[in-house]
Parts: sequence; structure tokens; C-alpha cells
Amino acid sequence: MTINTHPTLPEFEYIQPATLTDASEFLASHAADARPFLGGTDIFVRMRDGFLTPKFLVDVKKLNGMNDLKFDSKAGLTIGAAVNMNQVAASPDVQKRYSLLAQACRSVASYQLRTRATVVGNVCNASPAGDTIGACLALDGTLHIHGVKGVRQESLKSFFLGPGKTTLKPGDVVTAIRFPLPPKGCVGTYLKLGRNQLSDLSIVGVTALGYPDSSCASGYRFRLALASVAPIPLMPVDAEIYLANHSITPETLREAARLSADACTPIDDVRGTARYRKQMVRNLSAKALTEVWKNLN
Amino acid sequence: MAFHKINVTINNELEQVVVPSNMTLMRMLRESLAMTGTKNGCSAGECGACTVLMNGEPVNSCMVLAVECDGAKIVTVEGLAGEKRLAPIQEAIINEGGVQCGFCTPGILLSSHALLKRNPHPSDDEIREALVGNLCRCTGYVRIIDGVKEAARMQSSTN
Repeated sequence: MTINTHPTLPEFEYIQPATLTDASEFLASHAADARPFLGGTDIFVRMRDGFLTPKFLVDVKKLNGMNDLKFDSKAGLTIGAAVNMNQVAASPDVQKRYSLLAQACRSVASYQLRTRATVVGNVCNASPAGDTIGACLALDGTLHIHGVKGVRQESLKSFFLGPGKTTLKPGDVVTAIRFPLPPKGCVGTYLKLGRNQLSDLSIVGVTALGYPDSSCASGYRFRLALASVAPIPLMPVDAEIYLANHSITPETLREAARLSADACTPIDDVRGTARYRKQMVRNLSAKALTEVWKNLN
Repeated sequence: MAFHKINVTINNELEQVVVPSNMTLMRMLRESLAMTGTKNGCSAGECGACTVLMNGEPVNSCMVLAVECDGAKIVTVEGLAGEKRLAPIQEAIINEGGVQCGFCTPGILLSSHALLKRNPHPSDDEIREALVGNLCRCTGYVRIIDGVKEAARMQSSTN
């Protein structure tokens, strides 16, 4: 085996379309060999290592609206696709109302990588380990998509199909992610287990969000999202339903954590074994739910 | 493969460079402009040896395309010092003994410089968090962190 000590990017053409329409048309007409990119923090590494060899990289960062981060007291929060994770984490609106998302952004890699990495890119990359995806799911994110047939919106709940696979079609450019106003009185947390305390990929990640809801028997509703333990970012619905229907006690939180572990289907890989992951899902779910429950009261 | 003519300001000097699509900012600095202060460690955005400032914010220059820098302002380690004096972070890292082999030092300097700009009085934990993307295999980090704290003190006493 030869080791290339100075690996670099293979050849490709850099395309900078002037409008969203141009971008969608170009991507649709080169469906097999063109890809849109934002920060490039995932795609460049995979290209460097020879796993991806697109002929065209389409830079969509400078297109209309891509760099906007807006909060509206009725419509909620809209984050343009090119807004980087440091900008999201530093936004006073995000810190005040969507602190779970700020926490998730800060857990990604390093500061200098987050200058380039974007929330929308993390979502579109559709890695089961994507650190910000759990927060986006728990906060009920919707993607704004520009395609060849015009614009549409898609809920994240049905967006992921498999590792790296989403419902996006050739020509689709995600322009923003939008979050409704967060549920009143909500509290969230993201617990990430990596091989070191900061900056690593997650072996297991657990996002939990809870809020008072008088329409359920327990008086509270919880949302959970699990990272790195299934082919897609997973919401363990049985655990959520259980907590909606049973009054919240240390025992019922533990039972919900067990249901959360039951829902996942992890694999063995270089970062951890399936058995270890399942146990950690139970432990971290219990820890996350307990932390959220304490902060709700 | 197409070439692109870009205008980029590097350490306050406007440069016009012709770059191929697949050239990274790091390779442009090191190979087209012979500015070898910026180091090539992992080429994958993990080690931070290639950290430079792009429009004031630290980036891994191995993870930025040169063509994306058209119109951007880049600061490398060569541009950190003033005319006659080193920057406070440079003096402090030297004084505290935060350099051994020196390979990570340019990246450490730029990450720390940017940290002190956005947070002039960082705690130990904030320094560690800001430098998590700058790997050093020699020092054990303690003296680097001491250096950043010393730079913070130097800056607040001159301001």
C-alpha cells in the first residue's frame, strides 16, 4: 500500500450560478455528476479520500436569501442555507429561544470548522451522526427547497431515507431551514458521547426536548432524537407516547429511556459496538430526560 | 479543468492569482504564493495547522477552495505581527514556552488571536474550547493556554 502524504482534491469544475433557477437547472441537467455544496466540510473530505468524484461542484452560498438569519415573533426562525454554525450559535435570538440548536451547533467539530459548516449542510448530508439534526427534528424544522418545478417545503420528519439519502431530487437546492416558535416553556438538551470530550464524531447522541402540554395525560410532552444508532436520525416515538400518557416520575423516565434504547438499531463500527451503543442510548436518554425534567420544574 | 482569476487581499496586500477549481486556499498560499507559514497537516479539517483568518474568522484553509476567496480578506501567520513588534499572542506564546516543534504554532496563533478578539478575557475552558481544532503533539497544551491568558493580560493592560 502506498501512502499519499499530501492528499489533495481530485479535479472538478467549480460552478457559481447567478440565480437559484440557474442552479436548479444546472444541477438537474447534470444529475449524475454535479452536486451543490455549502461549506464543503463533508464533501471535500470524501472527495479527497476518493469516495466521491463529482465533475461539477455548484457553489450555492451567494444565492438570494442564503445568508439571512431572521427571527419573527409569529413565523419563528429562518436560517439561510449558507449561515454557518458559529453564526447560528452566536445569534441572540437562537440563544434566547432555540438554545438547544445553539448547544447542538457548538458540539460540532471545532470553531474553525464551524466557520464553514452549516446547519442546512449538516441536515442535507443526512449522516445518522449529524449533531445538529436532533435539535432540528425536536424543534420541528422545515426545509425550504428550490427545485426545477419551483419552491416547496418539506418537514424534516419524513426527509431522511438512509445514510446520506434524503427525499431531495436532482435540481433541488435547499435555501433555508425554518423553525416554528418553540413550544411554550420548553427545555432541551443534547448529550453527545464521543471518544473525547469535545470535537469528535458522536458514538451516540441523544437530543431531548420537553414542555408542558395540558392535552396529554402526564401534562408534559417530550421529544427525543437519537444520533448514530440507526440508518437515519431516529425519533423513538414509543418513548415519547409513553411519557405523554404516564405521570412523570424517576421510574417512568427510566422506562422511557428503555423504550428509547429498544427503538434503535445500531451497528458495530470503528467508534463503538452495537451492544455498547444500545446501552448508552438507554443511559443517555435517562440522563437527558432527567435533566430536562429537572429544568422544567 | 477551468482556471479562475481571483482578487484576494492577503495580509493587507491585494493579490491577483489564477487558480484551478480544485486548489485549496492552503495550497494557493503555500504553492502559488510561497507563504509557507501556513502548515499542511491533515488536509481534512481536523488538525488546525493550516488555520488562517478569512474575513476575520478562523477557517481551516485546507477546507476552503481558493476560488471561493475571490474578494475575501485573508490573514496568515505572516501578517500577524506589526511593523516593529510581534503581536501580543506571539510574544506571550514565546514567553510562556508554548512552542516546541512549532508545526502547530501558526494555527494556534491565529485561533487564539481570533478568540481574544471576540472574547478579550476567556476562561481556561473557553480557551480549550476555542483551540479544540488545533492539535499539538508536543506541549501538552498547558503552556499554550498559559500563553493565551498572558496575551489577554497584555492586551487589557495596553488598552
